[in-house]
Amino acid sequence: MTLCVRIIPCLDVDAGRVVKGVNFKNLADAGDPVEMASLYSAEGADEITFLDISASANNAPTTLDVVRKTAEQVFIPLTVGGGVRSVEDVDKLLRAGADKISINTAALNRPELISEIAQRFGQQVLVLSVDARRAATESGFEVTTHGGKVSAGLDAITWIKQASQLGIGEILLNSMDADGTKSGFDLQMIKAVRSVTSVPLIASGGAGKLEDFEAALVAGANALLAASVFHFGTFKIIDVKNFLSNRGYPMRLESNS
Amino acid sequence: MIAILDYGSGNLRSALKAFQNTGKNVVVTSEVEVAKSAQALVIPGVGAFSACMASLNKVQAKEIIAHRVSNQLPIFGICVGLQVLFSESQESSEQKPESGLGVWPNKVVRLSNPILPHMGWNTVQAGQGSKLFNGLNQEKFYFVHSYAVIEPAGQVSSWCDYGQKFLAAVEDGPIVATQFHPEKSGKAGLKLISNWVDSL
Repeated sequence: MTLCVRIIPCLDVDAGRVVKGVNFKNLADAGDPVEMASLYSAEGADEITFLDISASANNAPTTLDVVRKTAEQVFIPLTVGGGVRSVEDVDKLLRAGADKISINTAALNRPELISEIAQRFGQQVLVLSVDARRAATESGFEVTTHGGKVSAGLDAITWIKQASQLGIGEILLNSMDADGTKSGFDLQMIKAVRSVTSVPLIASGGAGKLEDFEAALVAGANALLAASVFHFGTFKIIDVKNFLSNRGYPMRLESNS
Repeated sequence: MIAILDYGSGNLRSALKAFQNTGKNVVVTSEVEVAKSAQALVIPGVGAFSACMASLNKVQAKEIIAHRVSNQLPIFGICVGLQVLFSESQESSEQKPESGLGVWPNKVVRLSNPILPHMGWNTVQAGQGSKLFNGLNQEKFYFVHSYAVIEPAGQVSSWCDYGQKFLAAVEDGPIVATQFHPEKSGKAGLKLISNWVDSL
């Protein structure tokens, strides 16, 4: 009896459609986030993450609609991120059926937003998403914005320490160097973050083979998020779970289909 | 009719959909009379204990619960909705614990695991004679919490382990509660909800 390692597929949603490398032949509409979320849930996902990458704020109603429809048929936790700027944004998403909200740029612009959300809804709803890369800062890692293109001028470890004190439920750590390379997670980055925070840590970016997931857990991750390896069918969620289970990690092997 | 008590606590939509999944008529309400007289009442709960208690007081939850307990009308508390049914919680302060609704006498205390919240899927050891976990012993359910009760309560206690044993669920006649979120626990959670609905 022990807490299972979570495997979390992430769907990038733009104007209500799943984008970025989705390649499912058995779906009538692979661009439909609701259908994709149902499929992943049936295949054993422990949670689902939607990342709204719409450039325009006008897409907020579309996102709410996607969340609403998903919450009607997917009975596992749903995290929604992208474009969350205020306590009101969080309220709307939670009421639509999201369980957790991830924030990134808005918290960098105004760190008090973290405590405002935590006080109103509890820190467990808040996932701090950090896009970090290697740089010549104090810890060797810096925070970036705009999908890793722009430096936020902030040391990643300093930022995570600060945010942890303001009240977060967990950290989604995205390595912008490893992202899309399929050459493995940035293990040193995971270790550095693990050593300064006591909240659960979700590692993201760089998964290419099954052994990569195990290495991230050894480095200190509690949950693993991936997008393209699942979307492209490199392996299925159950493959990751079976692999880690055989290595002795507690996994939830029941599916929801 | 099943009523879900709306006192401003986060995501009610998932709870609504999960309970509707049983085919029952389910309403979300903050009206005292509806909550008092419904066939069964669900008390959801996310966030901090003290914030939940403050919001519960605004909808006269104390009166609602007392009425239902004395008339043995079914209640289902979820997560912080379980915790508020106990006598007190140390969440805001260990020295000055905050009072709960006092259906059960025990204290809600901080878990000792260094990584908190306890977030994710964990196995529940169903208590002897449990109806809620009928066909669900050793199943996994979704938890999100840092505080819990570590002593048995009610007639049937079911347990989970996160570095220490804590109460995953309480069954006390018509009053039941789970520390995990059945509405977020996939197939196992829906089965548990339907077990409860079948018992009404």
